Amino acid sequence: MSANIASADTTLRRRRFPTTGRTRRFSFSAIPVNVILFLAAAYTFIPLLWMLFAGLENASAISQGDVFSFAHFRVAGNFADLFGQDNGIYARWYANSILYAGLGAVVCALVCLAAGYAFDKYDFRGKETLFGLVLIGVLVPAAATTLPLYLLASKVGLANTYLAVFIPSLVNPFGVYLARVFSASYIPDEVIEAARMDGASELQIFRRVGLRLLSPGFATIMLFQFSAIWNGFLLPLVMLTDNRLFPVSLGLYTWNTQATVQNPSLVNVVMIGSLLAIVPLVIAFVSLQRFWKAGLTAGSVK
Amino acid sequence: MTSIRLTQDVRAAGNASRARTSGAPGRRGIGRAALALILPFFVLFTLVTILPIVYSLYLSLFREKQNGLYGAGGTTQVFVGLANFVQVLSDPQYVNGYLNIVVYVLIYVPVLMVGAMAVALFLDSAVARLKRTLQFSLFVPHLVPGIVASLLWLYLYIPQISPFAKALRSVGVEGNILTPGGVFPSIANIGIWAGLGYNMVIFYAALQAIPRELIEAARIDGAGGFRVAISVKVPLIRGSVGLAMLFSAVGALQVFTEPLILHQYSPGLVSSGWSPNLYAYTQAFGGGHNYPLAACASLVLAVFSALLSFLVTRFAKPWSSR
Repeated sequence: MSANIASADTTLRRRRFPTTGRTRRFSFSAIPVNVILFLAAAYTFIPLLWMLFAGLENASAISQGDVFSFAHFRVAGNFADLFGQDNGIYARWYANSILYAGLGAVVCALVCLAAGYAFDKYDFRGKETLFGLVLIGVLVPAAATTLPLYLLASKVGLANTYLAVFIPSLVNPFGVYLARVFSASYIPDEVIEAARMDGASELQIFRRVGLRLLSPGFATIMLFQFSAIWNGFLLPLVMLTDNRLFPVSLGLYTWNTQATVQNPSLVNVVMIGSLLAIVPLVIAFVSLQRFWKAGLTAGSVK
Repeated sequence: MTSIRLTQDVRAAGNASRARTSGAPGRRGIGRAALALILPFFVLFTLVTILPIVYSLYLSLFREKQNGLYGAGGTTQVFVGLANFVQVLSDPQYVNGYLNIVVYVLIYVPVLMVGAMAVALFLDSAVARLKRTLQFSLFVPHLVPGIVASLLWLYLYIPQISPFAKALRSVGVEGNILTPGGVFPSIANIGIWAGLGYNMVIFYAALQAIPRELIEAARIDGAGGFRVAISVKVPLIRGSVGLAMLFSAVGALQVFTEPLILHQYSPGLVSSGWSPNLYAYTQAFGGGHNYPLAACASLVLAVFSALLSFLVTRFAKPWSSR
């Protein structure tokens, strides 16, 4: 509607102030714009393409700088090496990553939504002080507290366990902040009031009404946390020494440090393993596009 | 846009519900429900953030003293007050790590912001083609784990392996970025590659939210595409830009993976204390197991990061309207 009015207004004003000549001169023209965009996309895409080919070719393709010549394909062999190396531990790393990131993201999103909902809908003593603490949590980056976390975990004997990586992955202060914003914009107070009239208890209202209305927020927070945990490296690096507990990111790193002159094909294995490690994230982000875009705009535009 | 502003926005949004709940019957039930809902987060937050910081503070006040010959009599903890902090802050390598970060941020943040903004503006212009494909291609690097991105780019930097070096060689130029002068660009490039599409999506979403009437009005007043972009679109999304800058700068302060990988490739090129985070890691795991010193280095970094975000959000307040 408003667009129609605006364009009608445009025609009226254009008649009075003819400006076509000046407009042309400073306009973006199609060819340079598309060339620059294409170059930017090439910059981001060529390394990925290199990774794909390096993962599908043999070791001499890399060592000779010959990856893009397509002359050294070794597809089946690389896949066999990937799943055969160290008694097939790659599959275990993958399963670990799914456990850390999948379960971790779901629990984290629920924890964040519960807290964000309570901050938005209830009034209680010390509320703004506690929310200030959440904001301080946003300001102190996780990377700076990872080492202190390790020192504590090793003191209480939790270092080098699943929990050492899993529990820290459940905390995301920014998620609580996002959840409060989502709760304020998605859940009308009238709905909660109506549920109260129907005799529902407060926790029932959260479970049956709040969580349902917050499901887009759940998807957003979960997706961000999933990618953060899946891509996380510093936390497992300092916490874990037993390679059966590694996530994919740390496992690939240790393989890469072992790649030597004696075993140069490990680099190809690392590359194909890396490529497979990106697949779940690409699928998640592509299929849940509207949710993470909602998260980005809630965090910045609002 | 700043977190402080954001609190106020959220507060304003929550005012209506607060007025209602405080007067409602069953006040006790509400208090108990609120407690039950925020408790999981705060228990976890205490375990994962507050306790480690407190414990590290405690740890940083002691030093291990070895008893007997070569520590044969075991070790004892000796209270040394702030001596560890003094040692860290007077270690040229640690201080140098911050100088590295300053130079790194001055390269990384402007290039990332200007690049992402330019791509977003071009995508937002009417003449751009294949918008969805381009957006996807630009965004994928954000999904690549940081450690993989660093490994990948290292291979693309090594002259014998790099396809770029090969292309340059074919036109008679010998290129090698892994030289002392190339350290900052090569580390910054990895971050820019990973962050370009992510920031572009943020800016593009903000650009799409600008009311079309405003752009239309500027065009009628005679502004061309370039002028509209610089004088209308960019100022309108400065809130998003400010927040993205803040997150990029704080992220840069934490830089770890890229220097770690380059250090392993060439210790002479990138030292084991190139960034404060890498310094702390090396203190803890680099053979010395100097946990008190590592704790100090981490705590100082955490304080600096929090201070930086706080100052930027305060400073950013006046010019952020959205």
